[in-house]
Amino acid sequence: MKLTDEQVAPGEAARPAQARVRHSSRFARSVRQYWQLYLLLLLPIVWFIVFRYVPMANAIIAFKSYSPVQGVWGSPWVGFDNFTRLFSNPVFPTLLKNTIILAGYALIAGFPLPIILALALNEVRLRFFTRTVQLVTYAPYFISTVVVVSMTILLLSPRVGLLGRTLSFFGAGQVDLLADPDFFRHIYVATDLWTTTGYSAVIYLAALAGVDVSLYEAAKIDGASRLQKIWNVDLPSLMPTATIILILGVGNIMAIGFEKAFLFQNALNLSTSEIIPTYVYKTGILNANFSLGATIGLFNAVISLALLLIVNKISRRVTGSGLW
Amino acid sequence: MGERGAKRSRADRRRFARGTKVKETRTDRAFIAIAYVLLTVFLLVVLLPLLNIVASSLSSPQAVSSGRVLFWPVDITLRGYSEALSNPAIIRGFGNSIFYTVVGTIISLAGTVAIAYPLSRANLFGGKAITGAVVFTMLFSGGVIPMYLVVQSLGLLDTRWSMLLPNAIGVWQVIIAMVYFRTSIPEEVYEAAQLDGASELRILWQIILPLAKPLIAVIALMYAIMQWNSYFDALLYLRSADLQPLQLVLRGLLIVKENGVGGNVAEQLKRRELADLLKYSTVVIATIPMLVVYPFVAKHFSKGIMVGAVKG
Repeated sequence: MKLTDEQVAPGEAARPAQARVRHSSRFARSVRQYWQLYLLLLLPIVWFIVFRYVPMANAIIAFKSYSPVQGVWGSPWVGFDNFTRLFSNPVFPTLLKNTIILAGYALIAGFPLPIILALALNEVRLRFFTRTVQLVTYAPYFISTVVVVSMTILLLSPRVGLLGRTLSFFGAGQVDLLADPDFFRHIYVATDLWTTTGYSAVIYLAALAGVDVSLYEAAKIDGASRLQKIWNVDLPSLMPTATIILILGVGNIMAIGFEKAFLFQNALNLSTSEIIPTYVYKTGILNANFSLGATIGLFNAVISLALLLIVNKISRRVTGSGLW
Repeated sequence: MGERGAKRSRADRRRFARGTKVKETRTDRAFIAIAYVLLTVFLLVVLLPLLNIVASSLSSPQAVSSGRVLFWPVDITLRGYSEALSNPAIIRGFGNSIFYTVVGTIISLAGTVAIAYPLSRANLFGGKAITGAVVFTMLFSGGVIPMYLVVQSLGLLDTRWSMLLPNAIGVWQVIIAMVYFRTSIPEEVYEAAQLDGASELRILWQIILPLAKPLIAVIALMYAIMQWNSYFDALLYLRSADLQPLQLVLRGLLIVKENGVGGNVAEQLKRRELADLLKYSTVVIATIPMLVVYPFVAKHFSKGIMVGAVKG
């Protein structure tokens, strides 16, 4: 593949180079030179269109009364009917409340711990110890959701489980926390913390590793104690990373995962455990109420996008750094 | 200096020999002690539940059901494991998961490189627009139902393809790959290859990919773990029991409450005891692949995350 334009028709060779080049657009030139790369791009782009953009188009059934017979484009328009029905549905405020509280709780609770872990690991000199702690705390992230939830259920079982028995020992009688709607959120967040703290700490450790050594030396010369060093050197260097993680977290509040909540759900704790994704699955898929499911999904996606844009703008203004 | 030096205590001389260090103040030492305590707490909080689970899985059904197991097996027996492994659903789920993970990771890797590599080349016309369109899918999506309709209309419901295609390419992985290609491969490599007359595809296959082995390892791991651990796609798209991956099988066994019926009280008790033990053993079996892979994975993975986080 030559670097320059070389597919010149005979006869044109006589004309000066500039005139030749003027005949092809930048796009055509790029395609000619890099056609193999464009070819490579073809399949993935098709995939994105089929599995990412076509669903976006399909979401239009939120404005229609979808019937499988008539398909997405044949189904009749109903305008905002689905939305008004959704907002006036008594279930909806509870869904929204549960989703936001759960995600917000998980985000806020999950924020300080990885930082504390990373800072503590950074302060301790004993290599063997820090390596062990890191290795152990990192592991739960790789355990599947099903297994984590199963472990939690086993541990909390009032009859058999380690934690369940301990609680019965201290508390009153046989308490099944899993059946108690008041505890669903705490259990959910606790398992979240258990699974992701070690993993998130690694990111903060990377940020800490990038801190300019001269800053530490300056602090030492100034006679700073460890605590002061952390407050004045470590924490500020973690701020950009932490901000981005927080932004992504808030922006994703409405995008909270289905898997763990669905597994922890049972008939007894639905008042707090029914969140938007699980409701969409139950009504949209199991009850095949496609229009309603799409309506909630579209509502969710729009709010998510708006949240991300807002939070990014705020972060830009406050800290000077954002996602883009 | 000489007489003063002679008067110096042995401790002083030793400290001096080590080099002049700013002595750790008392508050600092207390602080480090707190750090150690904190780290130990973190360690135990993660470790103890796991120990209890493993210990229970190796204990007798009676010991487990009567709650006698703490962190060490009581009445060691492998009964739990033999029962769990003789369950055909688990074996089938295992096999399915291996298939989905291996094939899915290959497909995902190919797709990711196929889109990330061309986009990482700065002088590709339309590159920026395509990248923008790709990143946009991270911010907005049609939702579960529209996606289900797509899979349905493609006739992929209840097929193995429904586990391999709908989430084949992850934008996060594409970004990591793009950053890697852009920063780790110097422009001179391209120029030299082009001067040698190599085509773009040859450059990619023979030069870039061998250089990108760490990247491929990290991304492959990310995909493999996602594929092995998730159950949502299977729940959504699969109906046949023999296509189910391990996680879905586990969910059926461990979480969806089944009601054992029939038999007298003694039999029911025995069944319940065995059921309890079985759950512990099944959980351990499900985690073994991860535990085996984990030590090798941990190092590569954290590096990949750091690259993605710091640069992305």
